[in-house]
Amino acid sequence: MTDQRSQAEIVRQSLKRRYRKERRFRAYGILAIAIALSALVVLFTDIIGKGYTGFTKTTITMEVNLDGEMMYLDDATDEKQMKMADFVEPLLQALIKQVPGATEENREAVRDLLNPYASNELREMLQANPDWLGTTQTLTVLAHTDVDVYAKHAGDSAYSIKLSERQQQWVDQLIEKGVVQTSFNDVFFTSGDSRDPSRAGILGAVVGSLLTMIVTLVLSFPIGVAAAIYLEEFAPQNKLTDFIEVNINNLAAVPSIIFGLLGLAVFINLFGMPRSVPVVGGLVLTLMTLPTIIISSRAAIKSVPPSIREAAEGIGASKMQVVLHHVLPLAMPGMLTGSIIGMAQALGETAPLLLIGMVAFIVDVPGGFFESATVLPVQVFLWAGSPELAFIERASAAIMVLLAFLVSMNALAIGLRKRLERRW
Amino acid sequence: MQPANLLLLTIVLSMVAYGLGYARSRSLAMPMGGIRYLKSLPFYYGARAALWCGIPALIVLGLWAAFQGKVIQTLVISSLPQEMLPASEGRASLLLSKISNVANGSLPPGFAEAPILEAAERLKALREQSRLFMSVLVVSVSVLAGFLGWIRVRPAANARTQVEAILKWLFFACAALAILTTVGIIFSVALETFRFFQLIPFTEFFFGSQWSPQTALRADQVAAQGAFGMIPLFTGTLLISAIAMLVAVPVGLLSAIYLSEYANKKVRSVVKPLLEMLAGIPTVVYGFFAALTVAPFISDFAASMGIDASSQSALAAGGVMGIMIIPFVSSLSDDVINAVPQTMRDGSLALGATQSETMKKVIFPAALPGIMGGVLLAVSRAIGETMIVVMAAGLAANLTANPLETVTTVTVQIVTLLTGDQEFDSAKTLAAFALGAMLFLATLLLNVVALKIVRKYREQYD
Repeated sequence: MTDQRSQAEIVRQSLKRRYRKERRFRAYGILAIAIALSALVVLFTDIIGKGYTGFTKTTITMEVNLDGEMMYLDDATDEKQMKMADFVEPLLQALIKQVPGATEENREAVRDLLNPYASNELREMLQANPDWLGTTQTLTVLAHTDVDVYAKHAGDSAYSIKLSERQQQWVDQLIEKGVVQTSFNDVFFTSGDSRDPSRAGILGAVVGSLLTMIVTLVLSFPIGVAAAIYLEEFAPQNKLTDFIEVNINNLAAVPSIIFGLLGLAVFINLFGMPRSVPVVGGLVLTLMTLPTIIISSRAAIKSVPPSIREAAEGIGASKMQVVLHHVLPLAMPGMLTGSIIGMAQALGETAPLLLIGMVAFIVDVPGGFFESATVLPVQVFLWAGSPELAFIERASAAIMVLLAFLVSMNALAIGLRKRLERRW
Repeated sequence: MQPANLLLLTIVLSMVAYGLGYARSRSLAMPMGGIRYLKSLPFYYGARAALWCGIPALIVLGLWAAFQGKVIQTLVISSLPQEMLPASEGRASLLLSKISNVANGSLPPGFAEAPILEAAERLKALREQSRLFMSVLVVSVSVLAGFLGWIRVRPAANARTQVEAILKWLFFACAALAILTTVGIIFSVALETFRFFQLIPFTEFFFGSQWSPQTALRADQVAAQGAFGMIPLFTGTLLISAIAMLVAVPVGLLSAIYLSEYANKKVRSVVKPLLEMLAGIPTVVYGFFAALTVAPFISDFAASMGIDASSQSALAAGGVMGIMIIPFVSSLSDDVINAVPQTMRDGSLALGATQSETMKKVIFPAALPGIMGGVLLAVSRAIGETMIVVMAAGLAANLTANPLETVTTVTVQIVTLLTGDQEFDSAKTLAAFALGAMLFLATLLLNVVALKIVRKYREQYD
């Protein structure tokens, strides 16, 4: 009897300690979730903090006297003259007028505030409006990258300011006068890559991604759905079927870079396809996403209740008719959802594309499936490797665009599932 | 015609064949008293004609387009004069690119020797011929087969079973593509690996502790013969994966336990998708974060403590990789924990154990094999992960266990060896494939073992 009581006593005494342990264990769980979620928050704030300035550009707005004599140009419609004409001088003269204390002697220093591309901008404007020649116009041109960096990050010690003291004072005064302004960076969305950060954009990469994704979708969706139908509905129970299933499961877990090696050895070296084109990229990503699509499509087919099949068979449909007329339409929402998620995965994929040469520096926006191109994540990789912080800023901005695409694709998948999902 | 246009043409021809087959079956049926006297519906006669018209033509087109480039290259090279014949494959590809540049007009003819110009002309002619032959062949195959399909439209023919059989074979071919992909992977890495081991002895690769793949490009160049010992790469990969696992396993496991045992439905429905968001972020973004934020932070922090840390430390790459793998571990363990029968939980609670005791002493041991399987899958993810390490880990192959130093990994080396200029015969390029083969084998092994464990475990409680 005494023994019994002491047992209860022991339990009671230990309860406090055990409850403490319980609370501690719970706290560990909350801590783990907090760590994971704070990593997510830190990641997002870091990228947004680094990149939001990438969405603005710095421009110079001023009155430019388009004097024909100064530009060695007397007819703006003449192609040959336009090629030879001097488009820097009018901009430079206009800017010197704006900068207090600047004279002809320090024209070099003033010229360094203008973007090297500004003269091209002026040429294009004049080509569009030949009658501007000889008049004075208020024009807006891009500022030099160094001015851009200074205007955005003057106080930031991480950025090295390349402007001289005097130039910095000038820019300060110009900002005060409203000559140097920051505005929405349309260049970022309308041009391809460039060596000059202020002129670098993501359009080329976005189009490249789009072309690659089209190839991937057109190939992987029908093939994946067909394979899923075969495995779920027609495959006999034999060794070959088992072997196919083992292969699919393993391929789903093979590192993506291995698919890059496959693409390099088979598509490029064996078939002699060109490097760094969207078609090869799309083929490689197709092989990579196929297992995902097959697995999710099979799950979708499995979820169609047998009563549907039995009803169709009961009124005399053949096996193929049952599948194509009844099972497939009912499984389609699930298949689409899985495919969109697979596409999102492929859109963010980088490693295999590096191996098939989609890392080249490409200025032009690709015009077709067989033209050299790069994709958005590879563009991020290229810019992130640059020592110039102005490119890092753009890499962050490109990441935001990429994440926006991925989030909207996933939202689409979830929305589709919610709208079309049927509970049996 | 371009292959793409030819593809469109074949599709159009198939549609025409469908229409003709459909119409013919109807017109044959009319005098008999309606389509119910046909063996199959008119749709199937049309579909059969379309499939006959399209499939053989597409197969021919695909094969031709895949192999014409290589065949033309070989023909052009072999027609060069004796003294110009390239000595190695690397030279051949150089010569070929020169020839095709001349042929495309991107290299002015003045810059090339006479035999090159001739070869360029031949290349152009061969390309033209090939395109012509291909167009004629594809169109005639398609028209001929389509005609056959049309002729065979007879009321007694059972077109439906034939169409269904063809479709079934097509579906099978799509499923068999998985085997073909695996074969392609094995073929592409095994062949080059075999050639690599002809150049570099087996023992050096597996037991050498030096990795410096820079070999001399020309025979007369004074340069060190590269060293190809994979031990530093192997240990580097293991170090980074171990760091990743140290982050991912406790955090992932504990959050899975909390979410499945303690959290109410509301918390679960918010936290779970947020955790899964971590898995949806592209790896290049993690690489960016690791290289530009975490790595400088770690080296600054270490410097302020008076420790020397590299700016490309293994800790940064491994830590960020761990964050990436958290959702992977947590969702797998979540499944496994949920698969433990409720009766075990109830039994333990009824005996007076607290929830944490139930978890630690009953559920966790029961779920352990499944969790181990999940962890193994996560390890295979970690060693195959590429972008984070390419961006945040270094290139120097140090043999060290210090997480603050720079190490390199197998995947980093594959990427560095294969991007940039390459020569297809050099040991350097082949080494990348040998490393790829090792990576493939290692991940395959881990996956097979892990899947086996998980499956066995599932059967236990089903």
